[in-house]
Amino acid sequence: MAAPEFKVPEFREFPSVPALVPGSMAHSKPYVASEKVQEGIGLPGQLVDNWEAKAIEKFGELLGKYRSLRVFMDSCVHCGACTDKCHYFIGTGDPKNMPVARQELMRSVYRRYFTLPGKLFPKLVGARDMTREVLDEWFSYFWQCSECRRCSVFCPYGIDTAEVTMAARHIMDSIGHGQKYSNEILGKVHKIGNNLGLPGPALENTLEGLEEDVKDDTGVDVKYPLDVQGAEVLLVTPSADFFAEPHIESLIGYGKVFHAAGISWTLSSYASEAGNFGLFNGDYAMMRKVAMRIREQALELGVKRIVVGECGHAWRVAYAFWNTLTGIGNNGTDPFSVELQKQLDPRYKEPSHICEFTWDLIQQGRLKFDKEANDSRIITFHDSCNVARASRMGDRPGGQFDIPRSIIKAVANKYVDMAPDTVREKTFCCGGGGGVLTDDLLELRVKGAFPRMEALKQVQEQHGVNFMATICAICKAQFSKVLPYYGFNMRMVGGVHQLVSTAIRLGDEQ
Amino acid sequence: MFFAILFYFAFVVFVGGLGYRIYEFARTPAPLSIPTTPAPTTGGRVFFRVAREVVFFESLFKGNLWIWLFGWLFHVGLLLVALRHLRYFIEPVWGWVVFIQPFGTYAGFIMVAGLAGLWARRFLVERIRYISTPSDHLMLAMLLAIGLTGLGMKFVMHTDIVGVKAFFKGLMSFDLQPLPAHPALFVHLLLVALLMIIFPFSKLLHAPGVFFSPTRNQTDNPREVRRLAPWVAQIEKN
Repeated sequence: MAAPEFKVPEFREFPSVPALVPGSMAHSKPYVASEKVQEGIGLPGQLVDNWEAKAIEKFGELLGKYRSLRVFMDSCVHCGACTDKCHYFIGTGDPKNMPVARQELMRSVYRRYFTLPGKLFPKLVGARDMTREVLDEWFSYFWQCSECRRCSVFCPYGIDTAEVTMAARHIMDSIGHGQKYSNEILGKVHKIGNNLGLPGPALENTLEGLEEDVKDDTGVDVKYPLDVQGAEVLLVTPSADFFAEPHIESLIGYGKVFHAAGISWTLSSYASEAGNFGLFNGDYAMMRKVAMRIREQALELGVKRIVVGECGHAWRVAYAFWNTLTGIGNNGTDPFSVELQKQLDPRYKEPSHICEFTWDLIQQGRLKFDKEANDSRIITFHDSCNVARASRMGDRPGGQFDIPRSIIKAVANKYVDMAPDTVREKTFCCGGGGGVLTDDLLELRVKGAFPRMEALKQVQEQHGVNFMATICAICKAQFSKVLPYYGFNMRMVGGVHQLVSTAIRLGDEQ
Repeated sequence: MFFAILFYFAFVVFVGGLGYRIYEFARTPAPLSIPTTPAPTTGGRVFFRVAREVVFFESLFKGNLWIWLFGWLFHVGLLLVALRHLRYFIEPVWGWVVFIQPFGTYAGFIMVAGLAGLWARRFLVERIRYISTPSDHLMLAMLLAIGLTGLGMKFVMHTDIVGVKAFFKGLMSFDLQPLPAHPALFVHLLLVALLMIIFPFSKLLHAPGVFFSPTRNQTDNPREVRRLAPWVAQIEKN
């Protein structure tokens, strides 16, 4: 690994709020999307003429479409409760990474064009014209937010910076100033069906190889089916699961669970992506277009259940938005929903998370484990932000924390939690979420991982933790990359179903 | 006469402006389910979640104890003081308003102490100094001045409160009465009118905002209930 061109934060003996280092991350910005990338997803190729006015026009449109944005623009009192909550602020000390300051980049423009005092006394209330300087600042700092919602937990008005970031990105997209990484990925989904651009035949190959590997490993014929008409379950998982390490270990695990439970299932080559980068850009129509592929495949394959693999933001979109976007849900009454839901099995939650699916089977006693197989691992669990603060599993609030932990405890003997202020609803982002998982933002990613790395260091020293389980493809990729910067082994991170995979008994219970 | 016109004007701006802003909040759709989870799964529990935010500032308590302490003291103080002031507008004065009079007096000190704490933070804490705008300081200065002139009239230089009551009763019945001439009273009322006028155009909108925040007032039931905003239904037809 090449030496980093930046300083990796050092672990602190007594964590405290960092001193402000104004401008310390002003240089951080992702690559701007090229004309080809932009036009590939129906956006202007480059900064449009008269973009200042167009941006304000779009801003006004979003204010009328999203109550969140409108209320959040008006409600902040600058109390400061959020100022020390963002992992990017903690890792960089840049004051513009304090959530309130990040919002102010947008709110200052809001005041100037949409409020009376901002029109009359811009200096007094901190209002700014939409200028090139402002746009550059937006592009820098709205791509230093992972939309993790940690700040929204502590805000007395529930102001969610993610909503503000999404709106800002949507505005920038609409005037032709998109981010290369995210928009390239959206282009691949539209064209090929997944974020990685893996075509159907490549998928088929990969899955066949996987079957052989599992056979060699266990002696059992576990199937990894693709495009099977009439399967009971359609599994939609992040495409990283098909080839990236450690993601693929969880995919192996899903297959073993289906095998052991004797439930027929299939993956889809057309809907081979659970991730939905439309979320990160705050673009409703884009998000819907990506999600519709899954509805179409569910209808085409005639499946009874839809299950989502280990992916944080995908689960947010699936759990919270799919019903609205695509009619994948329960109790539908409108024709659009009914068309799909009359085919789905109403006894199950639609969609279900793979952890809900596995946990149900465990509770029914349909899965058996050799927990000792995981004894070499001392495990902790990293709550992924979108699962923790934007979704749920099971029937009770907080099921998204308890169910994955329950699964881990059912398949392994050694488990410890990280510090209470760093897990569950207060969990820290991995540093790579929300569309920043790209090497042009590596410094940001390394520094943003700092609070999580500190918490991990603590349980490593106190309990000898050597495995951090998580249920998010982005978390897995991000940690694999940044763990070494902090002196950890990159193989410390893995999926919950990787642990399931290690311990599950296959085949012999009749 | 100046104060009479001022208060009529302030009242119209306050009620009309605030009403319009609330209407704007209400009519803007929330197209997606975005409660900050874990969130209540039934409407009844959502009611309590919002109530806890409004009454106890629950999230702020989780976020920062000092801000919570000063902020909560200020708001509770303000509430009691405001209720105490009802006696200037009603005749006969309701029993419970009479009952809270002494508490309202102490609440004035609590309110001023809370404001002083909040303002001190804007100077002493680097992060909060960084995010404070001139209007943040002016807002606190204004509230503090209102509180101090009020306390001043209670404890230092009394004003003719019978005359004050006659003035406001007169305003309410469109039978204008003179306002007692008193410098502290003038400042006090001038600033209160100013507060009412800027309310609908400033961060004071956090008061209605807290009730409309989707991350707090939405029920966590997206798999069971399909929400469809009007502008979204439009997309669906395409």
